[in-house]
Amino acid sequence: MARNGTAPLFSDTAAGTLRLIGYLALAVVLMVVDQRGGWLARLRYAGALVVEPVYRLAALPAALVQDARLAFVERRDLTEENRRLREALLLAQARLNRLGAVADQNQRLRELLDVRHSLGMNVQLARLLDIDVDPYRHRIVLDAGAREGVKAGQVVIDAHGVMGQVVEVLPHTAVAMLITDPNHAIPVTVERTGLRTVAYGTGAIDRLKLPTIPLSAHVRVGDKLVTSGLGGRFPAGFPVGEIVQVAPDQAGMFAVAVARPAAALDRSGEVLLLHDLAEPAGPPEPVPPVGPPAQLAPNTATAGTSP
Amino acid sequence: MTRPRARFLLLAGSLAAALLLTLAPLPAALVPLKPYWPALVLIFWALEAPEHVGLGLAFAIGLFADLLNGALLGEQALRLTALVFIALRFRARLRFFPMWQQALAVFALLLNDRVLLLMVRAFAGDPLPPASYWLEPFTGTLVWPFLFLLLDDLRARLRVHEA
Repeated sequence: MARNGTAPLFSDTAAGTLRLIGYLALAVVLMVVDQRGGWLARLRYAGALVVEPVYRLAALPAALVQDARLAFVERRDLTEENRRLREALLLAQARLNRLGAVADQNQRLRELLDVRHSLGMNVQLARLLDIDVDPYRHRIVLDAGAREGVKAGQVVIDAHGVMGQVVEVLPHTAVAMLITDPNHAIPVTVERTGLRTVAYGTGAIDRLKLPTIPLSAHVRVGDKLVTSGLGGRFPAGFPVGEIVQVAPDQAGMFAVAVARPAAALDRSGEVLLLHDLAEPAGPPEPVPPVGPPAQLAPNTATAGTSP
Repeated sequence: MTRPRARFLLLAGSLAAALLLTLAPLPAALVPLKPYWPALVLIFWALEAPEHVGLGLAFAIGLFADLLNGALLGEQALRLTALVFIALRFRARLRFFPMWQQALAVFALLLNDRVLLLMVRAFAGDPLPPASYWLEPFTGTLVWPFLFLLLDDLRARLRVHEA
């Protein structure tokens, strides 16, 4: 393309159009292949050398502003904030102690009931990188990745509830999908009544939708939602949200509820990654078929029928 | 520094800045208003330096942006290639438009881009975006005159330096 200053007003149209079609076709092929095979994740992992520094660079201004605020904010404010945080810490400690007692009791009861699974939670702290990957998909970027032991599918929580799950892992960065992403669904239980249903993301950061509640189920505003543990991805018992609105749907078949997520999805700076994946729900693995010992079988049969 | 080199630096720098700005965080209320920076910068260079900006560059920038944003690979490549093609095709007229007409043309380009994106996402099976999805071309149009003047000024300064 060595066009100089005396380029024609209208470029050679036929060749240009042809190249456009070529590039568009290439893009479409790429998209289809990516949609089918998830190439992007692998390519991104390979390109992490380039992608991760860019992420850090993009997060830099926000981090700088934060640092500058810390550096220049008045001492009084800091003292105040410190006092507030201490109080919050004390409160949290107290609550934790109480929870500890409850967990102990729970443990004993579970042992009594001969339940195998323990409540022990293995968590990992990760910070959010303050960048905005795609406004129409609710994703957050965390500063821990495969090298720190993060795996796709891990559950992300904050102090108030479930935030989402890790969908993509780079060496030192991970991308998590929030529960409000329009493509996300999370199995929940209404705490008060025990009703199981599914909460879908809406694309709005402060709304979850529960479109299929039976009309007879008596769900009302203020009901708390917790994870039900079904589906095997989210462990049971974590707060998900609170119902803020219930109405019958257009067809009159179901009630549709709107819930506000419990987690501070748009404000959290640090999150916890659960290490223990929930035990897969469902029947136990089938026992491998047991036959007579191999040495008892006649030689000809083993030679002929073994796969 | 030779002139082509300085020019190349400005081109590369503005594109890099555009990609970074795409990732820059905004308060949740302002997010739908974020202009599609790579498109604006590419339109500028397509109008002002078509000898450097071709479909190939648009495609490459788009691929890199896809890599960064974790969208479908090829999505932005497709959008930016189409955008630059149209900008190059109507370059002769666009360049000599008064600013407000140029901004309107940019609006049309960005709107077309949104429609393309909507088509791609619909094929990929995403739900329909909210109404705020359509705000982006408006902010892009409002930003355009300032971006144009800024980049044009930078370019002019480089020229003075070397003269």
